[in-house]
Amino acid sequence: MNLEVLETGPLSTVQDGGRKGLRGFGVSEAGPVDAAAFQMANLLVGNPAEAAAIEFAYVGGRFRADRAVAVAVTGPGVSVSIDGQPAQAQATLRLEPGQELRIGPLAKGLWGYLAVNGGIATPPVLGSRATHLRFSLGGLEGRTLRAGDHLPLGDGGEIADRIATRALPEVTAAPIRVLLGPQEDFFAPDVLERFLTQAHRVSSRIDRMAAMIDGDPLPAEKGHDIVSDGTVPGSIQVPGSGQPLVLLAEGQTSGGYPKIATVIGTDLVRLAQLGPGKPFRFQAVSPEEAEAAFLAARQETRAILDAIQEVQDFRPDPEKLMAENLISGVWHPIMDAD
Amino acid sequence: MSVPARILRCGEQAFSVELSDQIDETVNSQVTTLAEVLAAGDLPGVIEMVPTYRSLLVRFDPGLCSGAEMEAQLRAACERLTADTVSEGRLWKIPAVYGGEVGLDLDDLAEETGLGRQGFIDLHSGATYRVYMIGFSPGFAYLGGLPEVLHAPRLATPRPLVAAGAIGIGGKQASVNAVAGPSGWRYVAWTPVRTFAPDRADPFLFRAGDRVQFVPVSAEEGAELATRQAEGQVIVTPEGVA
Repeated sequence: MNLEVLETGPLSTVQDGGRKGLRGFGVSEAGPVDAAAFQMANLLVGNPAEAAAIEFAYVGGRFRADRAVAVAVTGPGVSVSIDGQPAQAQATLRLEPGQELRIGPLAKGLWGYLAVNGGIATPPVLGSRATHLRFSLGGLEGRTLRAGDHLPLGDGGEIADRIATRALPEVTAAPIRVLLGPQEDFFAPDVLERFLTQAHRVSSRIDRMAAMIDGDPLPAEKGHDIVSDGTVPGSIQVPGSGQPLVLLAEGQTSGGYPKIATVIGTDLVRLAQLGPGKPFRFQAVSPEEAEAAFLAARQETRAILDAIQEVQDFRPDPEKLMAENLISGVWHPIMDAD
Repeated sequence: MSVPARILRCGEQAFSVELSDQIDETVNSQVTTLAEVLAAGDLPGVIEMVPTYRSLLVRFDPGLCSGAEMEAQLRAACERLTADTVSEGRLWKIPAVYGGEVGLDLDDLAEETGLGRQGFIDLHSGATYRVYMIGFSPGFAYLGGLPEVLHAPRLATPRPLVAAGAIGIGGKQASVNAVAGPSGWRYVAWTPVRTFAPDRADPFLFRAGDRVQFVPVSAEEGAELATRQAEGQVIVTPEGVA
């Protein structure tokens, strides 16, 4: 029972919910960059929300299974086909042995997910199957996937077809909200002002560890060295080059660069999904606003994931679906049955 | 007497409790103690804590505890901390094979310091080090307490691969490499003890606040300890309270 990788993108890895609680030992969580899209893929194939699945950036690739499996693909604007026939994203798909699943580029984002019923059964390391590329831990030999890899699959049992009736939030270019600090006092007022007003772009140097940000440099008047302290996903470090970088799922757990601000959790996924070249601005918010946004986003994600339904129970409302961007004129025949 | 602390936001899900902006044993000890106090207090919403040289990162779930409430709790804990707090961590006596293939900088450093080989080993193995923090790579412990005469600048060009168990000096810090990898540190010894072993029940040997001493052993003893460890035996246990 395995899934064969026939071709894949540059940053495809096995990910589960990540290694939790080990930052104090120098190990960041890893896990998916976009947890909601990852969980949606798993729930669509009847897996626990944090089962091991494949994360990819830019493009998925081509895959084939040696047994009949249920699969699901999620990600902003992802195109999917089976043996050349267009197939739906955000829905359970049936892949027969030998059939080729092709996952095209992500038209509206950077990170996508492929879940397989039963999950990817690579051995857990430190309690998790998540690939940590920098430390070569977990996943398949701790590395990115490549053509010719065979991924062992778990046994998931029979499931009914499901569909996500609500889409994940669009990847918009709305301002990326931050809480200033903890070292904003290393920067002169005019540099802080520039940080919050100029247009930034995610550079092409984005990976699972960090997103480098292009824009006018942000020199720190108190210098770019601090006594190393703790970091979190979303920490915006400013090294001596003055070019900030935002830590992501695999970011280091401590660092010696001043951190001008922290991207709020709600907007970190959007920043990572924006991908290289798209202009955006940072906007400072208050702690209260950031917490309210966090709680609202958590509730919204729960509601979206709760709206995954078995197809047989689902009465489609085409207008609503168009509004949610779930269909683009093509509809699965089974949906028209009643 | 309370310790002055700056409680800084790191996004909406974490605070950095900053006790100083310097590397200092007393400060670091207070960080460890603060982490212990908070862990014992079982604060609702705390997800994990990351002790560093001079600050404690506290991650929490704002759905379980608001930031304002968490900040108040952290401030109260700091107020209970005393300035002369020194936590005595566990003491590890780590067997060390000085020189050889891994400790390849020993002879150069012995000469540069003017201590001679034995003098260098005596001083290095006579010190008690403190685990200031763990970071950089899994289980990598930054050790403070290196005698000043042993301080050595990093190499201008890092070596591409240094073995796990390599005992090194980087500036005024010491460490034991937890995993193999590139490094610009200078290396004086090797230990068979795996400080990071993902398959072990306790994968990470050191915790922030632990104390470490190096005990010179011969290459043969080192090899024998490595064999016993490979067979699944525990070759080192800590002294003192956990």
